[in-house]
Amino acid sequence: MKHETIETNAGWLIFLTLIVISIGGLVEIVPLYFIDDTIETVKVEGKDTVRPYTPLELRGRDLYQREGCYTCHSQMIRPFRDEALRYGHYSLAAESQFDHPFQWGSKRTGPDLARVGKKYSNQWHVQHLIAPRSVVPESIMPNYPWLMKNKLEYKDIAGRLKALKMVGVPYSITEDEYKANVKRYGKDVADKLDINQAEKNLLAQAQSGNYDGNKDDITEMDAMVAYLQVLGTMVDFKKFEDGHFTRFR
Amino acid sequence: MSTEKKQQTVQTTGHAWDGDLQEFNNPLPNWWLWGFYATVVFAVIYWVLFPTFPIGKSYTKGVMNDITYKTADGKEHTTHWNTRSLLMKEMQEAREMQKPYVDKIVKASYSQIAKDKDQSAFAYSTAKVLFADNCAGCHQSGGAGVMGMYPNLADDAWLWGGSYAKIEETIRSGRKGSMPGFKASLSAAQIDNVAEYVLSFSGTKVNAAKAAKGKAIFEGSGGCFACHTKEGTGQIAMGAANLTDKVWTIANVNAAKTLAEKKAAVKAVVTNGVAGRDMPAWQGRLSDADIKMLTYYVHQLGGGK
Repeated sequence: MKHETIETNAGWLIFLTLIVISIGGLVEIVPLYFIDDTIETVKVEGKDTVRPYTPLELRGRDLYQREGCYTCHSQMIRPFRDEALRYGHYSLAAESQFDHPFQWGSKRTGPDLARVGKKYSNQWHVQHLIAPRSVVPESIMPNYPWLMKNKLEYKDIAGRLKALKMVGVPYSITEDEYKANVKRYGKDVADKLDINQAEKNLLAQAQSGNYDGNKDDITEMDAMVAYLQVLGTMVDFKKFEDGHFTRFR
Repeated sequence: MSTEKKQQTVQTTGHAWDGDLQEFNNPLPNWWLWGFYATVVFAVIYWVLFPTFPIGKSYTKGVMNDITYKTADGKEHTTHWNTRSLLMKEMQEAREMQKPYVDKIVKASYSQIAKDKDQSAFAYSTAKVLFADNCAGCHQSGGAGVMGMYPNLADDAWLWGGSYAKIEETIRSGRKGSMPGFKASLSAAQIDNVAEYVLSFSGTKVNAAKAAKGKAIFEGSGGCFACHTKEGTGQIAMGAANLTDKVWTIANVNAAKTLAEKKAAVKAVVTNGVAGRDMPAWQGRLSDADIKMLTYYVHQLGGGK
């Protein structure tokens, strides 16, 4: 084919340009799917500790996306000293393996949230989401008061779990899948990942956790705080020797 | 025209668009071409030296790029070059620079740290940053807290104790503060009387007859004394507030002008109780030395006992 044919034919030009620029992406990305160490093995006593979100946490994750939290908050602690001192252990690929889409973000207008779980009390999160400046005077974060007013929609929770299951998140429907989860995570966690029990589990967690401090109804705040409180808490780094995770890179 | 001159000396691609648009066919400049070759050579060298090329389930680790680092527990590791090991190396270097100071602080008692100029300066500046990252979200950057939510750390009143040992315990393991609400067990009139009595502890002029009725409930059926003691001095073992000082952490009595307003503030607390005043535990996040320096810092904010 003569060069002139390509340059004078828009269809060919677009097609061949796409092929050329995709080569760069393909050679960088595709091998990662085949390399064993891409996602670290995080096992304590033979069980995986990084698990998919429970139904309530997942609804919180959905709200996190709806409100666009990711535009100002990253969830990715890079392996640098300043970040280690401020935020804690660097993020592992394993910790976001069930995020679809991942919430790494690219802009930190607010602080990184990858390890915000358990750092503040539930009460603080509720107050801070309703009126950030009442607890952090320097903050420029918008107020999210409606989270406390809106009742949480959860009737479609099984569908949400099924959608994620389609892209590979190990929620279980059949008995065999449930058994596989028991083997992988232990019974307690496997129960929470059972799609057949999704609504029941969501209600139970919201009732016992009482994240928004109001026992009477289940609000979006319950889900949001449940999600924030689990971020970065699934790997107990005390259980691994210092530097353990360098071996995966 | 100069363009016409060029057209005579440099070849065009031979194609005309829109009748008169032509494109020169200049060769690439040499500096550009050699720059391109240089990047190709660089890439090949980089492939050899650094972890790069995927092979099946693994990848080339590169040569001559070993990183040797020591972990906090003194174990030495050598790995191929990667950013995680680089971080370990950096952390090791920082740790070694701080070691002489941190070692002293770990060994010293709190009063020794306070007396020693070097140690107290080191603890202060380290803990100031730790405080900003970990504590200021609730207790505010100066430790003044938020009325109704987070206690002031700079005043003399301590819910859970202001000694070094108690502050350290609070930071290390966290606290769960709560007070039951009395709307179910006491009538509005009874709560009104209790509020009169509670305010009398700290010298507010109240209705003596009502306060006497309140006293009977405080020390009797209400059960307030179980946590706050009959004298109203509170108990740090339960985080029960001292009601006899003029320091208020939940009911904003000091901001109220009239007795009615003060009572309203107290009554709201007695009626609904206090829930969710949880201080998180920091021992999983901070090292022992960090907690010690933070304890020193909080103690010296003003109210340490």
